[in-house]
Amino acid sequence: MTTLHITYFAALRDATGHAEETLTTEAVTAKALFHDLTAKYHWPFSEANILVAINDRYRPADSVLKEGDRVVFIPPVAGG
Amino acid sequence: MSFQLTNQPINPLIESLHPHTGGIVTFEGLVRAINDDREVSSLEYEAYPELALHEGHAIISEVREQFDILEARAIHRAGHLAIGDLAVWIMSAAIHRKEAFEATEYIINAIKARVPIWKKEYYSDGEANWVRCDRCIHGL
Repeated sequence: MTTLHITYFAALRDATGHAEETLTTEAVTAKALFHDLTAKYHWPFSEANILVAINDRYRPADSVLKEGDRVVFIPPVAGG
Repeated sequence: MSFQLTNQPINPLIESLHPHTGGIVTFEGLVRAINDDREVSSLEYEAYPELALHEGHAIISEVREQFDILEARAIHRAGHLAIGDLAVWIMSAAIHRKEAFEATEYIINAIKARVPIWKKEYYSDGEANWVRCDRCIHGL
């Protein structure tokens, strides 16, 4: 089990209903966590359009999560 | 060379340029009153500051390595903006104009592609929508 800090922004925050949480999970990778959270919150988002940041850097979806990591799932950006 | 995020109105300042500067190219992105045929009344930009600043600084470093420029700066707004407000300001300076044009275009393209900033449009009919997020919905 791993305890993680999750922060939600923009459309993902709206879909989740809150901006952050600390949770303990059996998910080994960021991708597995995304699927668990999609089931939990009924996120209407496709994995193909979501990036992941771990400890404030973009990381591959199959990255292994470590105790205390800050995880942010990134919906399509729209700056500029 | 710098990348900034700000909640305050952008006040572009072009100063302290290298004496070899022969041309500067600026890009100013404004909040427009229409998008995809919908009338927009205002916008909200939300950033993930830690990662946005990291990627923004990385973009400025890349442009410095890839183009023969003397200066590159970018400022992006966060918060609630009105129609006509300056949302993003970019400046590149070089000995000759070609590099300055190319560097400025590289920076805006890279910001749009990967800096984690999101835009919520408020429409005149009272609805609001996170831009591009229609594409994250299953089946679309």
